[in-house]
Amino acid sequence: MNEISVKVGLASCGVAAGARDVYLKLEEYLAANPLPVKLMQTACIGMCFEEPIVEFSGSQLGRMHVGKASPDSIIQIMEDYLKGIAPNQNVILAEKLAGTHNELLANQHRIVLRNCGVIDPKSLADYEAQGGYQALKKALTMDKAAIIEEIKASGLRGRGGAGFSTGLKWTFAAKAISEKKYVVCNADEGDPGAFMDRSALEGDPHNVIEGMIIGAYAMGADEGYIYCRAEYPMAIEHLKIAIDAAEAKGYLGKNILGSDFSFDLHIKEGAGAFVCGEETALMQSIEGKRGMPTIRPPFPAEKGLWGKPTNINNVETWANVAWIIMNGAEAFRAFGTEKSPGTKVFALAGKIAGSGLIEVPMGIPIKDIIYKVGGGMKTAKPFKAVQMGGPSGGCIPAEKLDTIVDYDSITATGAIMGSGGMVVMDSGTCMVDVARFFLNFTQNESCGKCTFCRIGTKRMLEILTRITEGKGKLEDIEELQELSENIIKGSLCGLGQTAPNPVLTTLRYFKDEYLAHIVDKRCPAGVCTALVSYRIIPEKCIGCTACARMCPVNCISGTVKQAHVIDASKCIKCGACQKACKFEAVIKE
Amino acid sequence: MEQDFKALDAILAKYRDRKGFLIPLLQEVQNELGYLSQETMKHIAIEMQVPAADIFGVATFYSMFRLKPQGKHIIRVCKGTACHVSDADGIKKALVEALQLPDGENTTADMHFTLMEVACLGCCSLAPVIMVDDMTFGKLVPEAIPEVLEKFRY
Repeated sequence: MNEISVKVGLASCGVAAGARDVYLKLEEYLAANPLPVKLMQTACIGMCFEEPIVEFSGSQLGRMHVGKASPDSIIQIMEDYLKGIAPNQNVILAEKLAGTHNELLANQHRIVLRNCGVIDPKSLADYEAQGGYQALKKALTMDKAAIIEEIKASGLRGRGGAGFSTGLKWTFAAKAISEKKYVVCNADEGDPGAFMDRSALEGDPHNVIEGMIIGAYAMGADEGYIYCRAEYPMAIEHLKIAIDAAEAKGYLGKNILGSDFSFDLHIKEGAGAFVCGEETALMQSIEGKRGMPTIRPPFPAEKGLWGKPTNINNVETWANVAWIIMNGAEAFRAFGTEKSPGTKVFALAGKIAGSGLIEVPMGIPIKDIIYKVGGGMKTAKPFKAVQMGGPSGGCIPAEKLDTIVDYDSITATGAIMGSGGMVVMDSGTCMVDVARFFLNFTQNESCGKCTFCRIGTKRMLEILTRITEGKGKLEDIEELQELSENIIKGSLCGLGQTAPNPVLTTLRYFKDEYLAHIVDKRCPAGVCTALVSYRIIPEKCIGCTACARMCPVNCISGTVKQAHVIDASKCIKCGACQKACKFEAVIKE
Repeated sequence: MEQDFKALDAILAKYRDRKGFLIPLLQEVQNELGYLSQETMKHIAIEMQVPAADIFGVATFYSMFRLKPQGKHIIRVCKGTACHVSDADGIKKALVEALQLPDGENTTADMHFTLMEVACLGCCSLAPVIMVDDMTFGKLVPEAIPEVLEKFRY
């Protein structure tokens, strides 16, 4: 028997779904039963909805991924695989077999995530085996200006959301004259609903580090920071292991690979402040201060960390660098559109069947992401909107689903590309409630420096809350619009300038829903508690009394085998009756 | 109280000559003591020659710093977008009920649990999610909450 390999995905999502137990079970079994099996770990292959995922390879069955693995079933699957017997269910991806999700990968192309879910992220040797650090070796033989030229020619744009030309940004930092310069990786991924950077760091930390070393060399920096949220303990752990390994091998530290270039890299853990994703606030935080944005100019490229020229890029941007240096700008431009070349990583979440991490070429219609790459809606409820760009972005409705993924097309819808969070919403989602949710978030996270952001978002939140409680007035809509305009104009940083976007896009595409709340005092999605009522359909009620027994305020009357009635004046709308009813006789409207 | 701060000497010494030390220093002190009391912050201010106002400013700016004693186990309810549309509010309500939290408090009377909200845990595909200490629980329903808490009772 040939040796087979068994790889368990142990990224955060996998672990949360129970992958650690699967791994331990395999380890324990293999210790007791010597089999020709090499047990390995990897990170996230992106199909979070099928976690825990185990990959088998090396037998005549070819490579196959098994989803929803459990400690109870995994041993049998492994024994069968050794004998060449395919499992009869849960094969999600396979070389030679019919994997249920083979087609989901067909529309993807992986540059940033090329090693995620393939290598063991704690192993430098694994990364090197995939061509790791070859780009650094190549870069060290290149002229510094030529490296920046290559990045510029690739058309790579900042993947943190704003989409500024990376090559141009590098030029500014390279031109700044100073003995000391810094490069920074922004890994303060704070958008709710986004986990691209977490997965990239957990799954392939060396790729980000290599990009930073190349950038530091090209721009003349000798020190760097990775600013990572503390909520990502595994990403931080993998980064620490990777930095130590890279130092030991001479990729980091003094005289890198025998050259006269030296570069030290540190990790800074965030402490929980969304605004620190803004580059000037992030630098304040690295310096140990309250993370409040500062006025630009001076731009970080002139005066950044501790007053020295600094270049800040986001995780995904850095993760593209090594690939571009290795394969060239032209190869990168083979993907995507003229103005937005390359690929983009998205985190799919919400009411979508295939939630997880994907990487697609720019230029793909949003519709294809949802229905081809994401496998369509999770339930029978129809699609309503997709939220892009988190609290800075907006909701794109069904009629705009043909929009293609590039910076400019998405901006035209009123949303933004953002860092890559895509939360899919169905007819059970109330758009006013979603707008209120985001305003609540930005209002909480506003650092308080600019009056419009600090107080304006508070007033907007109050208005939105009032509307969801059925106390809205028609003038509220105008006031929301006016406040939005002023907050955009009167805020210093991206947080305030984009905070009204969720409200503006929902007002633009779902105004009738606002009107339903304000005029008809009705929440069409049945979400806003104050505006819904519960009713029993007499024809469906068999009089089992289950609802009456569950009701905490005893507002349901009726005798056994007779239709029951809810007294709306006493009802607290807790929904307990609807859960208790086995005959779908209780409806919410 | 003097003795309490003995434990901090080694931590403070480590950061003395580092630039930008304040946030990692406070994180480590909090890990050691559980929270940052006014006395602790004053002690750090004197020892590290940093204005107490700067320390208090940083400690109140970042959500991770706690100014009150915390329960033995920290429960973080994810309030991210994906969780929000998957009934995170129902999960939170179930937790408040199961923990029988005193009015306006987020720590149980026996100091066993502290309940917090967090913007996003980044496990959106498992929504709704909570994290107890460093263990993540996903695809929850309100009815499952008592069972999750049971694992941390003793």
